[in-house]
Amino acid sequence: MKRPGSALVMVLYLLFLLIPIYWLVNMSLKTNAEITRSFTLWPHDLTFQNYRTILTDPAWYMGYVNSLIYVVMNTAISITVALPAAYAFSRYRFLGDKHLFFWLLTNRMAPPAVFALPFFQLYSSVGLFDTHIAVALAHCLFNVPLAVWILEGFMRGVPKEIDETAYIDGYSFPRFFVKIFMPLIASGIGVAAFFCFMFSWVELLLSRTLTSVNAKPIAATMTRTVSASGLDWGVLAAAGVLTLIPGGLVIWFVRNYIAKGFALGRV
Amino acid sequence: MDKSWNNRAWFLVLPVLLLVAFSAVIPLMTVVNYSVQDTFGNNEFFWAGLEWFEETITSERIHAALGRQVLFTAIILAIEVPLGIFVALNMPKKGFWASLCLILMAMPLLIPFNVVGTIWQIFGRVDIGLLGRTLTAMGIDYNYTSDWLDAWVTVIVMDVWHWTSLVALLCYAGLQSIPEAYYQAAKIDQASRWAVFRYIELPKMRGVLLIAVLLRFMDSFMIYTEPFVVTGGGPGNSTTFLSIDLVKMAIGQFDLGPAAAFSIIYFLVILLVSWVFYTVMTNLDREDRP
Amino acid sequence: MARITLSNLAHSYLPKPRGEADFALKEMDHVWQDGGAYALLGASGCGKTTLLNIISGLLRPSRGRVLFGERDVTDAPTAERNIAQVFQFPVVYDTMTVRENLAFPLRNRGRDAAYVEARVGQIARMIGMEGALDTRARGLTADAKQKISLGRGMVREDVNAILFDEPLTVIDPHMKWELRTQLKRLHREFGHTMIYVTHDQTEALTFADKVVVMHEGRVVQTGTPEELFETPGHTFVGYFIGSPGMNLFEAEVSGDMARVMGHPVPLGATYPPTGGRVQIGVRPEFVSLADAGLPVTIRRIEDVGRHRILRGEVFGQPVNLLLPEDRPAATGSAFLQLAPEKINVYSDDWRVQPVGARRAA
Repeated sequence: MKRPGSALVMVLYLLFLLIPIYWLVNMSLKTNAEITRSFTLWPHDLTFQNYRTILTDPAWYMGYVNSLIYVVMNTAISITVALPAAYAFSRYRFLGDKHLFFWLLTNRMAPPAVFALPFFQLYSSVGLFDTHIAVALAHCLFNVPLAVWILEGFMRGVPKEIDETAYIDGYSFPRFFVKIFMPLIASGIGVAAFFCFMFSWVELLLSRTLTSVNAKPIAATMTRTVSASGLDWGVLAAAGVLTLIPGGLVIWFVRNYIAKGFALGRV
Repeated sequence: MDKSWNNRAWFLVLPVLLLVAFSAVIPLMTVVNYSVQDTFGNNEFFWAGLEWFEETITSERIHAALGRQVLFTAIILAIEVPLGIFVALNMPKKGFWASLCLILMAMPLLIPFNVVGTIWQIFGRVDIGLLGRTLTAMGIDYNYTSDWLDAWVTVIVMDVWHWTSLVALLCYAGLQSIPEAYYQAAKIDQASRWAVFRYIELPKMRGVLLIAVLLRFMDSFMIYTEPFVVTGGGPGNSTTFLSIDLVKMAIGQFDLGPAAAFSIIYFLVILLVSWVFYTVMTNLDREDRP
Repeated sequence: MARITLSNLAHSYLPKPRGEADFALKEMDHVWQDGGAYALLGASGCGKTTLLNIISGLLRPSRGRVLFGERDVTDAPTAERNIAQVFQFPVVYDTMTVRENLAFPLRNRGRDAAYVEARVGQIARMIGMEGALDTRARGLTADAKQKISLGRGMVREDVNAILFDEPLTVIDPHMKWELRTQLKRLHREFGHTMIYVTHDQTEALTFADKVVVMHEGRVVQTGTPEELFETPGHTFVGYFIGSPGMNLFEAEVSGDMARVMGHPVPLGATYPPTGGRVQIGVRPEFVSLADAGLPVTIRRIEDVGRHRILRGEVFGQPVNLLLPEDRPAATGSAFLQLAPEKINVYSDDWRVQPVGARRAA
């Protein structure tokens, strides 16, 4: 419908994005022999052996389970604590509110590398090392501020009269919040959850530092395999492809909110 | 919206406060604690004063890492912001193609950082990677594991691949908020394409651009996993950015004191730059208002 | 400047329109005379804005041609048509000053600086913003922004036509009146063709020499305000213009006599036999209470200031009439007299032309 130039730009850009991913998928469907001995643009000797290796070996697939457990825990925790806080920031002025808000945001600016070692010591000393909850709590460092920020933006868009009407109608605060307010900002909650999921899912440094065996995330499993066996490219690529799936599913479910979510309700 | 004064709102903020205190304040205090002490093992610590800070500020190794970091961040901002705007301007406005573009563009953002590294590690290798093979076939001597320039190019292209979509999606959201009447009025006024961009689209994208630049600045300044997986900070130290250097120091060499002092300065630098940037941008915004 | 001709024009927003219902604009022929002040009146969603956007070239019609003078501009882009348009909601270039905003259309067309300066000054005086020329547009009120939009629309002297798309929606009432007067004066001074879209009949009737009434994608009548009032061409015009709107009664018509549920009502002219659904229409201004005639049940009487409105029912159909100030308010039942020469006859909502004068009784 627009100039053909636009279509060309988009095609080129999307190719740029997709070709490296294609190459990963391509590798995951080849045997190691094909990968190292010949150079092929698509798998001539199609195999699913790499995927079979991952899906039958607990050392591999437990990595996915662990990652998903702490990601879901983190998303749940972040949203639960962020909701009331965002409500407070969007509706009331109180002692030190601006400073508190800014301080929360500064946590989003903290390099994980700075926190890696102190986290390790903190969680070791309270006996949480190598548990899912440890990683989930550590990721709250950057996800809670983000969730508060996004939710506050959405809540500001809901007129205050709705709160007042509900109170006049005799709703208690918790009942009002759950029954009336939360459905109103459902898309905001979805967007915030999406971002929490995303940032927790992609993070490696903290999750690797805080786990050794029982809660080891897939990302860490992959890096260790590389350093140990070094050259099993097919399995490594298959593991990489499998990490794309949760992200892909999440994008599919929130596709209609993506643009809005990226604007963080603040444009 | 008029907000009423209500100190009881603190109760609503309390859970967040406790959680963040646990996950941010306590670790940060540990860091501060280390930064002013020295140890010879055995869990015995001695007061070291500001020694580590002096060492950090004068350390040539850290200066070099900081230099690389600033250069890296400057380059990726200079590429990703204009490219992101350009892509956003060319995206379809609505319908099936718009959804498809959104979904495909969001893909790289949801790939775990180390897998991003893995993808580019594989893609760029001269023996098995499409990029490496192609470049070699074209007669270009490319090898990111031995040549520092190739390593830099690879890491930068990887970051552009990974994050340009974020900038583009933010700008796209900004563009979506422009009413059709603005474009119609511009046609009536016979504005050139450039004038439409300069006087309609850019001013409307200003808010989201601020968010985009801030996010990209912070995240690129903290980058660790992706270059670490691809180059391991090499060849030599050529792609050792601040976070990589810090982790090497803290976990690799267990130099707790210097690492802690380094951490604090690092954090403060990010805070300071973000704050200055934010203030400058919002002030520019305010000057426009009478 | 030129006459604007729409020939066999129709538009659908669907790529493949099936039936007539898919068309936002039904097939029409229309001529806008050069230098006319037109109002395009109709309810929301009747196709007014679509028509406007087709004239200015923002939309390409699905069918038919648009001609400026003798030139076919159907496929010409907006810029070539040399049209000015003002939108419903203010469109200003936020980062520019008021002066730059007003100068923008002229600068884009490469006019020389001295001329631009003079012209901007003139327009600024007209919209009452000479004092604010160097402030940025961003922080201004909606009122002021819309005045800038109006100013930008009028700044070019050589335009073929100026189109206004409900431009005064966001302006407060007293300013509305003032700006409308300004537009009127501007029209007299420069003689541009002006097309003013509105759903407000007062705005339309006070601004325009000719009012074009649209209903469901069709032009139902074009005429002077008097014509629309005296002889509405379509029941919609009768209903939409006037306050309250025209009264309609189901009737049988033969010659110069109508019968409403058997009650004879004399007409002012002779009508041919017509098929379809036949109604007679008469404005509340021309209905009066009498001792004999149509039986009416009075529901209530409203005092609206200048006059009183009597609301009642005739055989279950609502009826309104205006009561003179001096007449005492009646209640209960009474009879209505309709002024014969003010009655119009409609068949399937369209006005039937009388064939001759009323026979002498």
